Amino acid sequence: MWDYTDKVLDHFRNPRNVGAVKDPDGAGEVGSMACGDALKLTFKLDKRGRIADVKFQTFGCASAIASSSALTEMIKGLTLEEAEKVTNQDIANFLGGLPEQKMHCSVMGREALEVAIANYRTGKTSKKILEGKVICHCFGVTEDEIVRVVRENRLTTVEQVTNYCKAGGGCGKCRDEIEAIITRIRGEEPADQLAPQSAPRLTMLQKIRLIEETMEKEIRPALKKDGGDIELIDVVDNRVVVALRGMCANCQVARFTLKDVVEARLREFVAPDLVVEEAQS
Amino acid sequence: MRTVYLDNNATTQPAPEVIAAMQPFFTELWGNPSSMHVFGGQVRRHVEQARAQVAALIGADPSEILFTSCGTESDNMAIRGAVEAASPPVNVITTRVEHPAVLEPCRMLKEHGVAVIELEVDGKGRISLDDLRLALSRGRAVVSLMWANNETGVIFPIAEAAELVKASGSIMHTDAVQAAGKLLIDVRRVPVDLLSISGHKLHAPKGIGVLFIRRGTRIHPLLLGGHQEGGKRGGTENTPYIVGLGCACELAARGLDDELTRVAALRDRLQAGIQAACPDVRVNGDEAHRLPNTLNISFQYIEGESILYHLSDCGIAASSGSACTSGSLEPSHVIRAMGVPFMAAHGSIRFSLSRYNTAADIDYVLENLPPIIKKLRAISPFAAP
Repeated sequence: MWDYTDKVLDHFRNPRNVGAVKDPDGAGEVGSMACGDALKLTFKLDKRGRIADVKFQTFGCASAIASSSALTEMIKGLTLEEAEKVTNQDIANFLGGLPEQKMHCSVMGREALEVAIANYRTGKTSKKILEGKVICHCFGVTEDEIVRVVRENRLTTVEQVTNYCKAGGGCGKCRDEIEAIITRIRGEEPADQLAPQSAPRLTMLQKIRLIEETMEKEIRPALKKDGGDIELIDVVDNRVVVALRGMCANCQVARFTLKDVVEARLREFVAPDLVVEEAQS
Repeated sequence: MRTVYLDNNATTQPAPEVIAAMQPFFTELWGNPSSMHVFGGQVRRHVEQARAQVAALIGADPSEILFTSCGTESDNMAIRGAVEAASPPVNVITTRVEHPAVLEPCRMLKEHGVAVIELEVDGKGRISLDDLRLALSRGRAVVSLMWANNETGVIFPIAEAAELVKASGSIMHTDAVQAAGKLLIDVRRVPVDLLSISGHKLHAPKGIGVLFIRRGTRIHPLLLGGHQEGGKRGGTENTPYIVGLGCACELAARGLDDELTRVAALRDRLQAGIQAACPDVRVNGDEAHRLPNTLNISFQYIEGESILYHLSDCGIAASSGSACTSGSLEPSHVIRAMGVPFMAAHGSIRFSLSRYNTAADIDYVLENLPPIIKKLRAISPFAAP
């Protein structure tokens, strides 16, 4: 069996927001029977332009159903501008992570949302519009989509690309092309984005900014969904002093969160030698 | 919670009798059967008794039974060993729906320059004997055809195929891993040269297999480094498991009638019950030539892995040919080779029974499965509202 988190299994067993919104403002449909998973997303906005109602229908495995359900929970109440910032990684994080081979389920969620928003804005067909050159003919994946998953998820191997968007997972003829795309993007992007371990030394100011940015993007959303928060108190050499707030403040599990989540993320994205400590209250 | 195990084509519960028979070979009877002292001698007798028990299940002579570590080793040795031993070089003929333990060695030989012909199957998973005749006309070959398919349970006409193969002077191997214990196998009447069996598919533990090698068949060993098994397979005999397999084969021979009647009836009852309760299903494979314990059925509009997880929540174990369950992105090669449409392939579920299943098990599945199908179809964008 797959190593699904309890949250994945919960959303699979008790999917939220199943069905189709009546007279939707936007509708997005991605995937196909051939691919083995498909998702239809519909939403309706309220007067202030926020997503008042959103529903999904999914054909797919447990993680595809869970990813769809999670997405609807995440975007309810958001403006479209806020909703379109949701990445596949956000969906995976919301679920406490997905097995690597199932990451394409989170990508499918993000894509459906994108198509639905485009449908609202342009009124165009709800079917996914294929933009750019198709690289993987087995699963109909375009160059643009591959470039996007590689950039957003910092992928470095063809196998990862297959796990995230299925490209290369059929006959395998396009694997060389995918490799070339990865190499090209690696070449384009600053080295510290793809390989943080070989990042140049940061000034203290740069380090603090990067820590703040990482906390904002990678850590805070995960804590907030459990009613908690985190605050940066000080940075002394490689020691990062933080304070846990909200529900986290009195939570025993949060002590593990500090090491397993906060420190791991900061080491990944900022510097490998960081040590996270809790501020003495 | 009640549990119902219907995944016996994946592995079976070791029979309590088998485990009991094995016990002494971990404690007092631990000698090396090749040794020239009483420790070895008394173990040797039990190994030879097990060889006779296995031989009896398939109508072979005990000297034609070679113990291996698993069905995969047996298949590898049969194909690679027979091709290597053949002079002048031979072709290989197999089918698109074989187990990977057969397909992969064949594909490796292909990379080494051996001509490999993979026979197609029709919509019901059947091969055509005319295709086989045509393939044989291209020269002497090592032919590997499974006796019964692990996913669909479809039975190939091995007796007729073997007659054709032998008449053309070629060598015939059959992967009988799924057939042994579920169908009558008699190598005195079916002229196969090589036949693979796996212990854990017939209520012995994992880690033991058999290759039947008909006397006079030229075959090279896979494992070098010992005189054991007549020099055909090096390595000290896995005595507890060999004894266990012997016991399992004896039980299988005795249980064959039960398998062909009571188990088959339970399977039929399961199939009829699902068809009555769930619309838009299709049975995959030739119902007229099918293992008595196997049902492969596709549920339209929904995907196999999600069905399995819901079944598992109810304590029911089955398996699926969907892509998601394998970690690959393509659905089962067997189901696809039959030309089953993609959606039905992704929604295919295999139920495989054993002698330990009861009517109450089937009732329990028929009670729990239809609501699961209904629930998942309510989520699916493809199902009619």
